[in-house]
Amino acid sequence: MSGFVRRQWAFILYPLGLLPAVWLVWQGQNGGLGADPVNVFERSLGLWAFRFLLICLALAPLQRMVRFNLLRFRRLTGLLAFFYAVLHLAAYVALDLQFDIRIFGRDLMHRPFIILGMAALALLLPLALTSNRWSMMRLKRGWKRLHRLVYGAAVLAGIHFFLSFKTLNRTSALYLGLLGLLLVARGPLVWSSVRRRVAGRP
Amino acid sequence: MAIFRYPRPMPSDITPKDVYLSRRELLGTGALGLTAALAGSARAEALKTHPGPYSGRLTPTPEEFVTGYNNFYEFGMEKDDPVSHSSDFHPLPWTLEIGGMVKKPQRLDVGALLKSSDIEERIYRMRCVEAWSMVIPWDGIPLAKLLQAAEPDSAAKYVAFESVVRPSEMPGQSSAFSGISWPYVEGLRLDEAMNPLTLLAVGIYGESLPNQNGAPIRLVVPWKYGFKGIKSIQRIRLTDKQPPTTWNRLAPEEYGFYANVNPQVDHPRWSQASERVIGSKTLFGTKRQPTLMFNGYEEQVADLYRGMNLHDNF
Repeated sequence: MSGFVRRQWAFILYPLGLLPAVWLVWQGQNGGLGADPVNVFERSLGLWAFRFLLICLALAPLQRMVRFNLLRFRRLTGLLAFFYAVLHLAAYVALDLQFDIRIFGRDLMHRPFIILGMAALALLLPLALTSNRWSMMRLKRGWKRLHRLVYGAAVLAGIHFFLSFKTLNRTSALYLGLLGLLLVARGPLVWSSVRRRVAGRP
Repeated sequence: MAIFRYPRPMPSDITPKDVYLSRRELLGTGALGLTAALAGSARAEALKTHPGPYSGRLTPTPEEFVTGYNNFYEFGMEKDDPVSHSSDFHPLPWTLEIGGMVKKPQRLDVGALLKSSDIEERIYRMRCVEAWSMVIPWDGIPLAKLLQAAEPDSAAKYVAFESVVRPSEMPGQSSAFSGISWPYVEGLRLDEAMNPLTLLAVGIYGESLPNQNGAPIRLVVPWKYGFKGIKSIQRIRLTDKQPPTTWNRLAPEEYGFYANVNPQVDHPRWSQASERVIGSKTLFGTKRQPTLMFNGYEEQVADLYRGMNLHDNF
């Protein structure tokens, strides 16, 4: 890797992360998404959001195995996950429902499938807003605690993802398996922090 | 649309006329056997179809979408699995059995039906439970015609349908994932089955059904969600008990026995008030339209459900 790339990776990786969205729009306008382009488009955006979320969660466990700094990519992958989740919601409301607000209102009141997805996005929102140095300094130790919400978001998104299929299939089994693995990998860390806190009490 | 160009033979590949003619004589005796062999091939066959009733003023969805976007879990769970994984399926010869509570059980040779001139064209709306819709020009015969020939017993109240099980030709049936127990089964009340709208289709767009659309014979019930239209039907049985149906067994809170198209009764995970119209070629050009009660066939079928609570009997 050249020195420039090592120092300026953000300028390369952010646009790279946006490529799937550009590619999906291009395909969608050129007949590449098949008979039901809106459905493929909105599902693909959701899947990309989930993928970036899983990569984000995988960085800390993987860090123990490699020598270079992986943790600095957590902001990038987390922000990309949030960005794709927002696009996913926008595609649903604008392209699928064509702004039929009555349907969306009923979704939010009655349908656990949609409510779970919205809750996952709602949990990601404060994380995206505080993913900057200024917030880290302002929130101090609270920042770390706040950003543990990412696990809640991942679990909610995982259930939402599972419910988006009529039956269990290879895709959902694969991604849910990965999520399970990542949660298990974080288990020891969570457990030790719980013990520390319990022990720290007077 | 792509234009298919026939490969032109080299002049050296063309058989001289006298040799050709002498072969004709030899073939004279074997011609019958050859026709029978060709009938078993998967190639689409032109049907002698004539316009039937109920077609209305509907514009069919482009054929490439109707034959390329299918739910047929026997061939896989993605919409393009049926078209890409069904070439090993050999529908002909095919016998459709009609039995159970009937006076005259029937065995229908579907290959012969494909050649008959009884086939009529019905252009119907098709509304999938997943909230998308198409318009499909089916070719087939009313189910009532076949059931009448079998003379149902007076005690018969339901019609049970059963699809084919051929894991060697249908990759989805040997996959451990779907959770569906084969064969796919469906059912109708006898009066629904006898309704003149209910069709046994053997073709679309004037040709025999492609494998991915349920070759060689499938059910079409235009006022119900698409999954009621069981494909590749092998057996029809009349019974006095409501028969089990595949999707109802799999998720009873999501898919009922009736599965009538109803914009007022939502699916637990999405609204059924409107539908995406399949057929736009672009992402931003996709249209959404209101879903019609009984998919627009209220006039023909509302009487079947008079006094019934359609929210409970979804």
